Amino acid sequence: MKQNGGKPGHAGKEDHAALADAFNKDEARVNWHDETLWWIRQKRDKAAHTIPEWELLRETASRIKDNVLSNLGGYLEQFEAAAMANGVTVHWAADAAEHNAIVLGLLRRHGVDKMVKSKSMLTEECHLNEYLQEQGIEVIDTDLGERVVQLAEEPPSHIVLPCIHKKKEEIGEIFHEHLGTPAGNADPQFLTHAARLHLREKFLTRRAALTGVNFAVAETGEFVVCTNEGNADMGAHLADVHIACMGIEKIIPLKKHLGVFLRLLTRSATGQPITTYSSHFKKPRPGKEMHIVLVDNGRSVHLGRKEFRNSLKCIRCAACFNTCPVYRRSGGHSYHTAVAGPIGSILAPNLDREKYADLPFASTLCGSCSNVCPVKIDIHDQLYKWRQVLVQSGHAPLAKKAAMKTMTWVLSNPSVYHTAGKAGRWFMLNAPFTVNNGMNPWYKQRDMPPVPKQSFGEWYKKNKK
Amino acid sequence: MRVGLFIPCYIDQFYPQVGIATLELLEKFGCEVVYPSNQTCCGQPMANSGFEHLTKGCNDLFIKNFEEFDYIVSPSGSCVLHIKDHLHGASADSAGGVHGSAAESGDHGSVAGGDVHGRGTTIPGKIYELVEFMTDILQVSALDASFPFKVGIHQSCHGQRGLKLAQMSELMAAPFSKPLQLLNLVKGIELINLTRQDECCGFGGTFCVAEEAVSVKMGKDRVADHLHHGAEYITGSDMSCLMHMEGILHRQKSMVQVKHIAEILNSRL
Repeated sequence: MKQNGGKPGHAGKEDHAALADAFNKDEARVNWHDETLWWIRQKRDKAAHTIPEWELLRETASRIKDNVLSNLGGYLEQFEAAAMANGVTVHWAADAAEHNAIVLGLLRRHGVDKMVKSKSMLTEECHLNEYLQEQGIEVIDTDLGERVVQLAEEPPSHIVLPCIHKKKEEIGEIFHEHLGTPAGNADPQFLTHAARLHLREKFLTRRAALTGVNFAVAETGEFVVCTNEGNADMGAHLADVHIACMGIEKIIPLKKHLGVFLRLLTRSATGQPITTYSSHFKKPRPGKEMHIVLVDNGRSVHLGRKEFRNSLKCIRCAACFNTCPVYRRSGGHSYHTAVAGPIGSILAPNLDREKYADLPFASTLCGSCSNVCPVKIDIHDQLYKWRQVLVQSGHAPLAKKAAMKTMTWVLSNPSVYHTAGKAGRWFMLNAPFTVNNGMNPWYKQRDMPPVPKQSFGEWYKKNKK
Repeated sequence: MRVGLFIPCYIDQFYPQVGIATLELLEKFGCEVVYPSNQTCCGQPMANSGFEHLTKGCNDLFIKNFEEFDYIVSPSGSCVLHIKDHLHGASADSAGGVHGSAAESGDHGSVAGGDVHGRGTTIPGKIYELVEFMTDILQVSALDASFPFKVGIHQSCHGQRGLKLAQMSELMAAPFSKPLQLLNLVKGIELINLTRQDECCGFGGTFCVAEEAVSVKMGKDRVADHLHHGAEYITGSDMSCLMHMEGILHRQKSMVQVKHIAEILNSRL
């Protein structure tokens, strides 16, 4: 499975703007993508409206997560002790490589070369599938959307709706090619049934199952996995070995806090009151094994960045994706990272500034993301702050730097501004959106503002002074 | 009261009529308005591009021009929000960063008067966008204005979500709208509804050229919503968004025009 090779490529030319430009070549498809995700945003609004104390819930969730971040080490140790007492084996992974090696080690120890996996963005982040494949281990993604993109050899474009960029006809073609469904059949119910039969055989024959973790409870050592398809349960209950992988920020202090987070998660994500399955896992069944892998992979460094740490409060609902007018019109692959959208744009530079320097600029700073966020992450403010950090650490193109210096000089000197600005001359040459030729990005699809005979300043001088 | 009139650079250069309408409106309501002639820009174009560290010159100039006034009023929510959030006082450096980062508070525009971030300037507490100045400070309840056309309001994000000029569709909270409150006082105006009441237009400062494809697509979609509901004019409290949509309307050879809200509130047609 391709992750970052090929299409959704690397920094440089294949940055968000270039990939979004390519996505926009097919306007009808952009409209379809935008409307599909806007529909989910509306479903979210309706679901949230049914909860009179919605804003209080958000505030409560935000504060619980603040507490978690301030006491993360303690909660993790508490969780580890409780989980071990329950008979679960706990592993600690400092980074993606260690995480992948731990999973491989467990599979090898059990002589397993085929595994089922429910949705886990952490394993996308760690590129686990590719790694295991190279080691000769077959991984079957059992979430329907994940399975679709896996068959298509693409990364997910959305963390909750992995194949939201695919039309049902395209899924019909993929299933025809890989699962042998009749050509031209794009009936969602039929295709889902075909997937069910295909996956049922995998569930029944695989001896190891990997799941993600939505919430891990420090108090009890249990963890909760939320799915709509029950695929995490099918995998975990039928396998001898259950491996659950989680980022260390998924901890919540008390079991009762689930009453806050489970109410917020799916209403924010899809507008459902709750996921179809909210499965609690606490201890292995007799004769079976349960493992939890706690993964850092940059999170504790992030935690040390005062201005950015609260992005670790994220519960991966993707409400910020669905509301983002840029995401809806550029598609998930334009972000070239496992977690796309506004939250991905503030998480990714933490892992690799060079590679993801473009992402904090892929926003108008409209602020809608921060307003829908169920844990009140100040996403758009962090986008602004990342821009400052990236420029200061030398990740701005030279041309932009020079233009900004010129602009600063003119705008800091009134006499220069007035001379340069006379009849709009300076703006005509320097404001990036006003140069009247085909080379200018403003003019490509927009006309320039009409240039008036006199500026306001000139009018004021004549008429008021 | 003495009001310092802050006319953002692109309004000064391209839309002088918006500055004139703002000035006339404020004078109608008895303000003593002064336009400091040495003003240039709030520094937002640099800051939003990641170059906030270059804005000290703009900031110092802004403070020099405006510190003396009772209020500072501007026909741009975006520029006002920038000043409120990011104006570093001239003495900020020497003050040794008294309160650290503005990010700590995370609370926009809720401090009335005085020194918001302990940075030696009172400006962030006394700068207002025109609409909120008219509703909150002047408490305008009647207007001698008429504008007999079908008008759509574009809720500019920085005014709406930043300055909280109107309730935001994402929040589960009581509706209100300061721009609507004023437009409803205009005779003959017919305000249209939109399918998406507060979607961003895609201007976004340098985003409009750095992310040209998405910016234009967002603008086209926003314009289409207004056209679909029969707007003859699109108005709003940020000329930058309107400039972007105007560019798209002109390119489409549309007869629909943009007008800053100050022009409508000051209009006698």
